[in-house]
Order: sequence, then structure tokens, then C-alpha cells
Amino acid sequence: MQVNERKPLIVAFCCNWCSYAGADLAGNNRLSYPADVKIIKVPCSCRVNPMFILRAFQRGADGVILCGCHPGDCHYTSGNYYTRRRMALLFSMLDYLGIEKERTRVEWVSAAEGAKFAATMNDFAQTVAALGENKRLEDLRCKK
Amino acid sequence: MQKITRDLLVEKAVSLLENGTVDMVLGWKKGEFDYDITPAVFADADSLKDFVFDDFCGANFSKYLISNTKKTASKVLVFLKPCDTYSFNQLLTEHRFDREKVYAVGIPCDGMVDIHKIRAISGEGIAKIECGEKITVSTIYDETVNIEKADVLAERCVTCKSKKHVAYDELLGEDGEVLESARFDEVEKLESMTADERFEFWQGELSRCIRCNACRDVCPACTCEKCVFDNPASPVENKAAANSFEEKMFHIIRAFHVAGRCTDCGECSRVCPQHIPLHLLNRKFIKDIDNFYGEYQAGEEVGSRAPLVNYTTEDLEPGEAVEGR
Ligand code: SF4
Ligand code: SF4
Ligand code: SF4
Ligand code: FES
Repeated sequence: MQVNERKPLIVAFCCNWCSYAGADLAGNNRLSYPADVKIIKVPCSCRVNPMFILRAFQRGADGVILCGCHPGDCHYTSGNYYTRRRMALLFSMLDYLGIEKERTRVEWVSAAEGAKFAATMNDFAQTVAALGENKRLEDLRCKK
Repeated sequence: MQKITRDLLVEKAVSLLENGTVDMVLGWKKGEFDYDITPAVFADADSLKDFVFDDFCGANFSKYLISNTKKTASKVLVFLKPCDTYSFNQLLTEHRFDREKVYAVGIPCDGMVDIHKIRAISGEGIAKIECGEKITVSTIYDETVNIEKADVLAERCVTCKSKKHVAYDELLGEDGEVLESARFDEVEKLESMTADERFEFWQGELSRCIRCNACRDVCPACTCEKCVFDNPASPVENKAAANSFEEKMFHIIRAFHVAGRCTDCGECSRVCPQHIPLHLLNRKFIKDIDNFYGEYQAGEEVGSRAPLVNYTTEDLEPGEAVEGR
């Protein structure tokens, strides 16, 4: 294992009704996931405008993950179906511009899936760490 | 095919003005040079003496209907090429203007030309250009160059998707067909490159952007009265991009905002002073939408539901998107 390994910064957008509660459950159950995962609570996954994702990268994220209720379970009935289409197109576009596709992810995590939340974050953090620092969507003015 | 000439269009406009059907004509007039034809509003028969119609009339007037239908007391006369009619329908779908206030005349089109391609052949110093079967360019050095129109067609006309009008009140000449277009070839070429090559390609293209916003301003899908790029509280307010992040931000978001609504009219690439191939971004979204959610042509039908305001429970997952294309 490398010493002084740089820890990736991960921004996780979590919908209030399922995924944020899932994160809570992970905490209550004392499941561990990297402290560098910063959660931003949103009312519904479909609140996440593509610009939010880009802004997270601009502000220094190395990976951005969006979590919402499982398809069919959205608190607002269909929000996550729209999320699914938008993010599919956005991720494909990022890849088209040559930006590593592994830096973005969507995962459906219910309020009962604390374990899935922790496992997802661990896995995502590992994937992003392997890619190293986000260079292709960075904004040097925002670097500390 | 009936040849569409300037005189034919003027004759039509004059008769519609005189019988009171319309009180305003959207058309083209000469700008500084023969090749920079600009959109114009003609209020009476007399002013139509400045009306121009030739191979430089790429401008799509659909978007101009938003403001001009608010000014007319009767109807606005608009001439629409086949590609323009898709924008026209898309704007109607989005309730951006009152159909009752428009008299739309469809005009067949055999392609517009690109001055940059002409200049690449003739060289600098263009003094006069005559359009016709052959394009005749006279230069300030007293040279005359004859160019085949086919060699200098605008990129959007080379990959024209349809010669069929999808909207009109009256059609001059004969309607064409929807074409088998090779418009996704270049997108596919990019897709087949490595991520590093793609990144380099786009970095090179997008870094030329001067953020003049012409691509947004001309776009018939960009009709927001308050655009996100004019918001001073946003990181991408109306100004030149400060770095490559802002370039990418602008271009991804602009293309995303029109995804599913972009008719591929080609106006953005036409007006870009920096020759950035914006169509390659728009067409990427169109191609993905076709692949992921079934073929969809924005503007083909008034009232059709755009793919991003629609869904099925079986849609593919974002994680599968890149593999799924
Ligand atoms: S028209 Fe070209 S230069 Fe102007 S903002 Fe659009 S892409 Fe940039
Ligand atoms: S994005 Fe470009 S091609 Fe698409 S509708 Fe707008 S101007 Fe036309
Ligand atoms: S870029 Fe987006 S916000 Fe701006 S006019 Fe176009 S669609 Fe509207
Ligand atoms: S409320 Fe969770 S995805 Fe909509």
C-alpha cells in the first residue's frame, strides 16, 4: 500500500426520501464508508440538474454519484425516471468529450439499504481513487 | 422542380401584402457583402426591392416568429426551407408563437453554400459572387473563379436530413422526401476514438470559443427569456470563458438544454464565428436518444413529447449508457 495516498473527494447527491435515509441507516448501523464522501441532500434525484454535477467537479470533486429511490419508488412517483434519462445522456456526453466515465455514477438506494449505501460508496471511492485526481473537469481557480 | 427565384418570392410577398393576408414579411437582404445575407423584416411592397434570395440564405426564420407574431396586426409571412419547418413545428409544440398569426410559405431547397468553403477555393479578396448552377466568384485581383455548387455546400446541407416540408400554408414548387442522411458518421468516428483522443479533439475545438453566444441566440430551441448563461449569480454568466472548465460547462449545458428539442437545423454551426462543430455535440444527443429511447425527430410532428420529458419503466440505466450506444 502506498503511503500518502491521495484520498479522492466524492460528492454524493442523495434524495431526501430514500437514499439520504439509507445513508442515515448506514450510520446508525455503524457501517463504515470513506469520510471523503460529502453528501448533499436533494428533495428528489430529479432535482439534480446536469449543471450540479459539473459544478461539483468544478469545486474539486473527483467523482460524483447520484442516489435516488429505486425506479417505481420515487416519492414523487416519476422523478427518478426522468433522472435516469437525463443522466444516461449526460454521462454518455461526458464520455464523448473524453472525460472518464467512471467518475460519474447513478445508484438506486432505498431507505432500508444502509448496507448497500455503504458498499456503494466504498466501491465508488475505490474506483475513483484508482483514476486519480480529476484533471479533465477541473477549475484551477477552485483548487486550494 | 420549379426553380425558386427571388422574383417568384417577391411576387408572392407583394400579392399577400396587397390582399391583406399579411402585413409583414420575413426575408433576407444583403448585408455588407454578397455573401453575408442577413434576415430582415419588410413592412410594405416598396421595401421588398431589397429582398434577396440566393444560395446564402441559410438563415432560419422560425425563431423570428416569436417576436414578430407579437407585432403583427394580421399575419407574418415567412418563407421556410424544409429544415426550417422542423424548427417551426418544434416552436409550436413549445407554444412559443401563435400559429394563427403566421402565413408560412414552404420553399424547396437544393442546398445553401458555405462562404468559408468558397473562400478556401477562390482565395481572399472576394469582390462579387454570383449564384447559379455554378458559383462565379470575382476577386479584387480581377480573377474569376467558377466553382461547382456541390463542392461548397454548407455542412448541414451535405448531411441534409429532409427535403420534405413538415409545415406550411402554401408550398411553392414540389415537396421532397425525407432523406437517408449520413449525419451521424462524424459522431461515430469520434466515438470510435480513444477517450484521450476525444478529449484532445474537444479541447482543441472548444478552446476557440469566444463566448459570443451567437449559437445560443440563433437557436430556435434556445428561446428562454432568461437564459442560465445570463445569470450573474451563475459561474457561467455572460462573459468569455475564463478557462477550459467554463468552456466545457457552457458547451455541455447548451447542448443539454436543447437535447430532445434540437431539430438539427444547423444554425448554431453556421453562425459560429470560430467554426466550432456544434452539430457534433447536438447530434451526439440525437443519436443517443435514437439508440436509447427509439428514433425521435424533434419538430416532425407538432405536439410530440420530447424524450427528456418522457420515460418508460424499462429505460436503460445511466451506467449502461456508454456501452449501450
Ligand atoms: S457561436 Fe461559437 S464562438 Fe460563439 S459562443 Fe457559440 S461556440 Fe462559442
Ligand atoms: S442546437 Fe443548433 S441545430 Fe439544434 S436547433 Fe439549435 S441551432 Fe438548430
Ligand atoms: S442555453 Fe439553456 S437556458 Fe440558455 S436559452 Fe438555451 S435552453 Fe435556454
Ligand atoms: S424522491 Fe427519491 S428519487 Fe424521487
